[in-house]
Amino acid sequence: METVPHPPDVFTWPSDEPQLIGARCPSCSAITFPMATSCPKCGTPDLAEHLLPRRGTLWTWTTQDFLPKEPYASGETNETFRPYGVGLVQLGDEVRVEARLTEADPAKLDFGMAVQLVVVPFREDGDTTTVTFAFEPVQED
Amino acid sequence: MEDVAIIGVGLHPFGRFGDKSALDMGAEAVRSACGDAGIEWKDVQFAFGGSAELDTPDVVVNRLGLTGIPFMGVYNGCATAATALNLTADIIRSGQHDIGVAVGMDKHLPGALTADPVDYGAPSWYGDLGYFLTTKFFGMKINRYMHDYGISHETLGRVAAKGFRNGALNPNAFRRKPMSVEDIVGSRMLNYPLTQYMFCAPDEGAAAVVLCRADLAHKYTSTPIYLRATALRSRRYGAHEVHATWAAIDQDDSPTVYASKAAYEMAGIGPEDVDVIQLQDTDAGAEVIHMAENGFCADGEQEQLIADGATEIDGPLPVNTDGGLIANGEPVGASGLRQVHELVRQLRGQAGDRQVPGDPKVGYAQLYGAPGTAGVSILST
Repeated sequence: METVPHPPDVFTWPSDEPQLIGARCPSCSAITFPMATSCPKCGTPDLAEHLLPRRGTLWTWTTQDFLPKEPYASGETNETFRPYGVGLVQLGDEVRVEARLTEADPAKLDFGMAVQLVVVPFREDGDTTTVTFAFEPVQED
Repeated sequence: MEDVAIIGVGLHPFGRFGDKSALDMGAEAVRSACGDAGIEWKDVQFAFGGSAELDTPDVVVNRLGLTGIPFMGVYNGCATAATALNLTADIIRSGQHDIGVAVGMDKHLPGALTADPVDYGAPSWYGDLGYFLTTKFFGMKINRYMHDYGISHETLGRVAAKGFRNGALNPNAFRRKPMSVEDIVGSRMLNYPLTQYMFCAPDEGAAAVVLCRADLAHKYTSTPIYLRATALRSRRYGAHEVHATWAAIDQDDSPTVYASKAAYEMAGIGPEDVDVIQLQDTDAGAEVIHMAENGFCADGEQEQLIADGATEIDGPLPVNTDGGLIANGEPVGASGLRQVHELVRQLRGQAGDRQVPGDPKVGYAQLYGAPGTAGVSILST
């Protein structure tokens, strides 16, 4: 079995406590995700890699209840499609990131709920499992 | 700076038209607008053409007459038609030409629009992993808004029901069958809290407008409608926008808010002066949010206003009197000129079964869409 992270360079992997790899502007300190060629706030090139907090809170969310058209590449069909949640997750006081949620039931999602980054299977191709990042609800400490 | 008047409007119905090309629809819309203005194509000195699907909307001149005029193609996301209108008006304002046409035309495949995420500034994996959907963004935006300002699912249903009801009164609309609030709210969930019948559909159609120098307008028509303001804005740092992998915690307003303020300032009027309103209702939630973003109410007041029927054709804030995007669908390049077509018909008193009562004098149109771009136009008698 082979496990392939997708995207290959936006979360720390393998890791027991994965984190998203963002960018920090050396000029204006804006934090963005993922790494980019220049700062969207001030235009400065040469951003520094910046590991984002693993835990955050759910700022807003929705569910994806229909199979997206191409370029969606999960390998699913209308018959096998499993709906997924998508959230805008606030990571500390740094940035909000858009990410899949492991929960797709509106009754189990709420504004401000605590979530943490996990790496989950995305698609299977023979002996290869593609994994990606998502946030899962957690009990607050 | 010269003032600008609208002397003609034309529309090819919105919907599905088999093998008929966007160019043929665009040519019909231009002929209809020229006919409405009482001019011929050879009188037109320049034109802007807007389209998402056509690389060269200029080809429409092959169907209208090869007169050699400058014809400029524009694409600016969901604000394409407002951009074509703005640029056409600017040429006249500058004194470069006296009479010009803005035309928009598109023919989209059924289902949500798609493209290469890289072209929208997102990474390629944004598409692979199922993030590259405008509908999902609209679900997230209205879900938070409902939470913050107490907007109910029923209100979303009422907005869509009004769209279909107004569409039933509009022979040019795509979806003309009224639906109950219950059936809309209970239809298939696409992106929580938005159901199947709360979304507009990309479709086909064309619209055109003839503009001229305001001091020449009476040569052509006894009922010129003046284009008082056009404003375009892109997103600022801090706005949560379509096709974004991240958003800043330090929030800023949507580009609509900035375009709206600029347009009111340019027109020298305020939202209280507006009699007929056209808002981008890509989904029912967008119409709710845009009522506040364009200054027609405070955040949260929509719940009561909509329950009271304020946005109906005979209400104090008539919104999307022709059914909006929900009933007409969205051929992206034409959508904003369809709004202007409706406003001109309303301000001339020619809107038939859907005429806003009380002799409306000021109309307002707003477009918004990917990747975070907005356009506002204000018209008056």
